[in-house]
Amino acid sequence: MTRHDDSEFALGLLERMIRIREFEEGVRFLFLEGSMPGTIHQCQGQEATAVGVCAALRPDDFITATFRGHGQALAKGLSEQQLLDELFGATTGCCKGKGGSMHVGDMSKGMVPGIAIVGGGIPLAAGMALAFRMQKSSQVVACFFGDGAVAEGAFHEGLNMAAIWRLPVVFACENNLYGASTRIDLVMRNPRISDRAAAYGFAGETVDGNDVLAVHAAAQRAVAKCRAGEGPVLLELLTYRRTGHSRRDPCAYQPAAERKEWAACDPIERLAARLKERGAIDEAGIAAMRARIVQQFEAAVARAKAAPRPTPQDLEADVFAPAVAP
Amino acid sequence: MKRQGIAEALREAIAEEMQRDARVFCIGEDIGVPGGWGGAFTVTLGLEKLFPDRIINTPIAELGFFGVATGAAMMGMRPIADVQYGDFLFLASDQIINNAAKLRYMSGGQIKVPLVMRAPVGATGRGSQHAQNMERTFTGVPGLKVVAPSNAYDAKGLLKAAVRDDNPVMIFEHKLLYGSKGARAEPGAVDATSEIPDADYVVPLDRAAVRREGGRATILAWLLMAHFAMQAAQRLAEEGIEAEVIDVRSLAPLDWATLGASAAKTGRVLIVEEGPRTGGVGAEIAAGLVERLPGLRIARLASPDIPVPFTPELENAYRPDATRIAAAVRRLLAGEPGACR
Repeated sequence: MTRHDDSEFALGLLERMIRIREFEEGVRFLFLEGSMPGTIHQCQGQEATAVGVCAALRPDDFITATFRGHGQALAKGLSEQQLLDELFGATTGCCKGKGGSMHVGDMSKGMVPGIAIVGGGIPLAAGMALAFRMQKSSQVVACFFGDGAVAEGAFHEGLNMAAIWRLPVVFACENNLYGASTRIDLVMRNPRISDRAAAYGFAGETVDGNDVLAVHAAAQRAVAKCRAGEGPVLLELLTYRRTGHSRRDPCAYQPAAERKEWAACDPIERLAARLKERGAIDEAGIAAMRARIVQQFEAAVARAKAAPRPTPQDLEADVFAPAVAP
Repeated sequence: MKRQGIAEALREAIAEEMQRDARVFCIGEDIGVPGGWGGAFTVTLGLEKLFPDRIINTPIAELGFFGVATGAAMMGMRPIADVQYGDFLFLASDQIINNAAKLRYMSGGQIKVPLVMRAPVGATGRGSQHAQNMERTFTGVPGLKVVAPSNAYDAKGLLKAAVRDDNPVMIFEHKLLYGSKGARAEPGAVDATSEIPDADYVVPLDRAAVRREGGRATILAWLLMAHFAMQAAQRLAEEGIEAEVIDVRSLAPLDWATLGASAAKTGRVLIVEEGPRTGGVGAEIAAGLVERLPGLRIARLASPDIPVPFTPELENAYRPDATRIAAAVRRLLAGEPGACR
């Protein structure tokens, strides 16, 4: 188990969260200036869920994510460059420009391209875990989804199968209180999502999803259970989305008082405060870290804007895997 | 050589592939249950004795287990997922169409999904929801291969080819052609047995088969309709009309070379389809043929645009049969216009 009083480890988490925040803020600007195509679903305010869970995984463990997957991608080790190239639709993107913002992923780094159908990644994650079991591998899958997915049939079917076969899946529900514009109390009689786990016969836990150390600790426990053959585990990570659902959403449905309350428990500021208290870093150190991250991001953007573009010859490639001699 | 029906041939094909490759496993409902059925039509009967860890019986959760199969395939396994009735594929469609079929493309070629899917189709006295011909729903899905064997030889060879292919392949099987035995035997079953060689073989996933040669007209059909087309061609031959019968067999991709060669030879094509006419596979075949061979005379014989009825009189009226196929060929040769049924 990683010791949370290990400042180097915690500084790494801080650095990753700031990288995600600056990435998302930078991408938002690129959209507003009109230089980036497509649509975006951003995760400002939710950085601790991706970073905390992925820090508990090995490089060869896998994650599945959703249309809101930039944070998970950076947390699982994809580079800013391959993400930005993908967002700009370049052939050097992680999915050669065929996936886009909603489908970022890199199998070599343990991330399945984002599954943008709500709940659609849940049975998939169970199947990946079944493969690991059949291959006698100790790998686990962390399956990210939002509170909205809990209402999907795929949630029920996937969790039930993972339960009966005791599959090594950490179901990481990022409960940010809103499925698009609909608040969870309109669509759930029992808003405590972790309670669902008991219905399937496995463990569920609600965690402060804006406390990256708490998320990491819970994820470590969950991963250990999964590797020991005692999975799956459902983690409900309470967090809040500071941006709209997608690029043109002004977020008018989030009450001002609620936004303010959540802004006061920002995951980056909370960890920074703890590290400053501990003397692990000071304000100048954080500013220098942020400046370095922003500089790296800007350099990556410049390269992405000049990255090679696909041609019509690429259109029909990669629909089917090549035929193999039977 | 031995004579086998489709259910037996598929069972043997699955067993041989599981023996050959430890990554192959079966996943579905009511399979691997001691004292159970071996799936709805006995195809996997007894395989759990040979492969106790690789016959995975699931809850009744089609969306879920097609997703599970897709996820396992992505991670290097080679699952064979089956539904009890093709109609249930609608439940699983999100995982099949949005995940299994698209993941390779949307990942820029990073992912392979070597997934075999099996689904029984056809009207068989079970009313509207255990009866549909689902071919039309899956032939237009980019990223999927779709085949429909009409005899045991093809069933075995196509299944083996599908297991060895690195892409998702949907196999439609017809309930009246399985030759299932005992309590799972089907009233009104049609003999689809074949001589099965002892040696390993595959049938390519992208080839139609000429079943009978003739110069006056081409009849294109698959599954049960391929059998009825042969019966019709026999009757027409007795009247002096030699019709060519092609078992289309590969529905995605379509074998335009074989279909087109016959159409070019005869100039007159009847496409026979069990299932509603509108939006059917036959519409795609017809359009594809006239694009390639302008001036071709084409007619379709299909089921009407209605749900499948239960009562035997109406079910028999619903589905094309040999009598109506022969009549449709005569009308086509007489130059009578319009779609027919």
